[in-house]
Amino acid sequence: MSNTICQTIKKSTFFWQFNLRTRTLAAIAGAFVILTAIAAAGILIDPASYAPQFQQKNLAPSLTHPFGTDWMGRDMFIRTVKGLSTSLWIGLLAATVSSVIAVIMGVAAATMGRRTDSFILWLVDLIQGIPHLILLMLISFVLGKGMFGVWMGVALTHWPILARVIRAEVLAVRNSQYVLAARKLGSSRWKIAVKHIMPHVVPQYIVGLILLFPHAILHEASITFLGFGLLPREPAVGIILSESMRYLTAGMWWLTVLPGASLLMMVLLFDQIGENLRTLMNPSSAQE
Amino acid sequence: MLLEAKNISYRYQNGPWILKDVTLSVGEGERVGLVGPSGYGKSTLSKILAGYIKPAAGEVLLDGKELPAEGYSPIQLIYQHPEKAINPLWRMKDILHEGWVPDQCTLNAMGIEQGWLERWPAELSGGEMQRFCIARVLGPQTRFLIADEMSTMLDVITQAQIWELMIRIVEERCMGLIVVTHNEALAQKVCTRIISLPELNKL
Ligand SMILES: Nc1ncnc2c1ncn2[C@@H]1O[C@H](COP(=O)(O)OP(=O)(O)O)[C@@H](O)[C@H]1O
Ligand SMILES: [Mg+2]
Repeated sequence: MSNTICQTIKKSTFFWQFNLRTRTLAAIAGAFVILTAIAAAGILIDPASYAPQFQQKNLAPSLTHPFGTDWMGRDMFIRTVKGLSTSLWIGLLAATVSSVIAVIMGVAAATMGRRTDSFILWLVDLIQGIPHLILLMLISFVLGKGMFGVWMGVALTHWPILARVIRAEVLAVRNSQYVLAARKLGSSRWKIAVKHIMPHVVPQYIVGLILLFPHAILHEASITFLGFGLLPREPAVGIILSESMRYLTAGMWWLTVLPGASLLMMVLLFDQIGENLRTLMNPSSAQE
Repeated sequence: MLLEAKNISYRYQNGPWILKDVTLSVGEGERVGLVGPSGYGKSTLSKILAGYIKPAAGEVLLDGKELPAEGYSPIQLIYQHPEKAINPLWRMKDILHEGWVPDQCTLNAMGIEQGWLERWPAELSGGEMQRFCIARVLGPQTRFLIADEMSTMLDVITQAQIWELMIRIVEERCMGLIVVTHNEALAQKVCTRIISLPELNKL
């Protein structure tokens, strides 16, 4: 009797794990497809499709215009997709540059001696101590706002967390008993770096990089919204939101709510991928 | 060949002194038991002898010369915890072949089964992993083996098997063996000479 129950439980946990793995992969794939579509759409969209058309101003959402139109008759859905795409590309660029800085800083801190280590840790504390947004506005402002200022700002402010993670991992592996043993077995420094340390650091790096995207995108949107980021002529969600705020009191809710919600959705998709990848790469769950 | 430790002193960072003026020597073909209560500093001394850590004072000499810093070391350590001494992301085969490629004879003698080579460390027991850790340090250039509580993880039958084999290999190749243990009975059985660390330590 209790034996059968035990077996059923075992069976169902097995299926649960199987489903978890499949679901995780499916979630990653789904999110990836949507994000790729947004990134591609932004490049492929013809600017004429969101040009002002004054005969169709201020329309509420409908089937022909799912996000409605604005005070100049521009289709808000296409503008939003275009804006998301801009944010996405800036986010990709900024997060990638930021993660490269993180790797260089993390590895340098772990391998180049006590002085370099304390200097990098001091820098990390400094950047983490100042609110991101203020530092971002400052860097963006100094670099002349616009596209370059924004992504440099985001790239220069977002590396510390990942750098800490990578430093800790490199230190732990470098001082592990198996690396000490590898030295005595005659493995070269190069072999130890590539074969022992890298396989531990790369998964951390990939998850860290993907979790950087949502930060980068949200920060780009917020400084653009505050007027320190992209210029008004560039199609970006931050610009759309700051322009549309005025029309909120006039009852045109779709101008802010729908683009804002879309931005949030996109950010959540990245979070999804990152968290799911973390689950997959976790050695204890990967064994199952 | 002669392995000598001369006036070794050691402490971790600013902790208390663990080893003070420890001097000992082990010749080739000798099997020396290093005994002492647990927490006394046996593992610390093993690491110093194997060149894993530098002593605060004193020196370790092999035939009167310092140990080489690079390349395959003639003094090899078998660590107490096999699961910490192997990279969890490597296959057992790669772990086994890191320093040299053991012949089938060694593998058979160690009781390493062919099927284990393709597995990951998480798929083996502590005792099975320890056999890999022993086999990988038996390369032709090994002159001294230091076994730090090597068999604590193994059941009694496997323990007996592995010690028998170790003694055979050490005798065949005329290696020196240092058996580090808190178990005096084991040391009595395996070794030709027994050193008590508390008697050497001038704390
Ligand atoms: N990495 C370390 N840092 C600080 N203290 C340590 C470290 N390793 C061991 N010790 C201390 O050194 C002493 C001797 O430890 P150990 O050499 O492992 O003893 P044994 O192997 O004889 O049991 C213990 O008191 C232990 O707490
Ligand atoms: Mg010990």
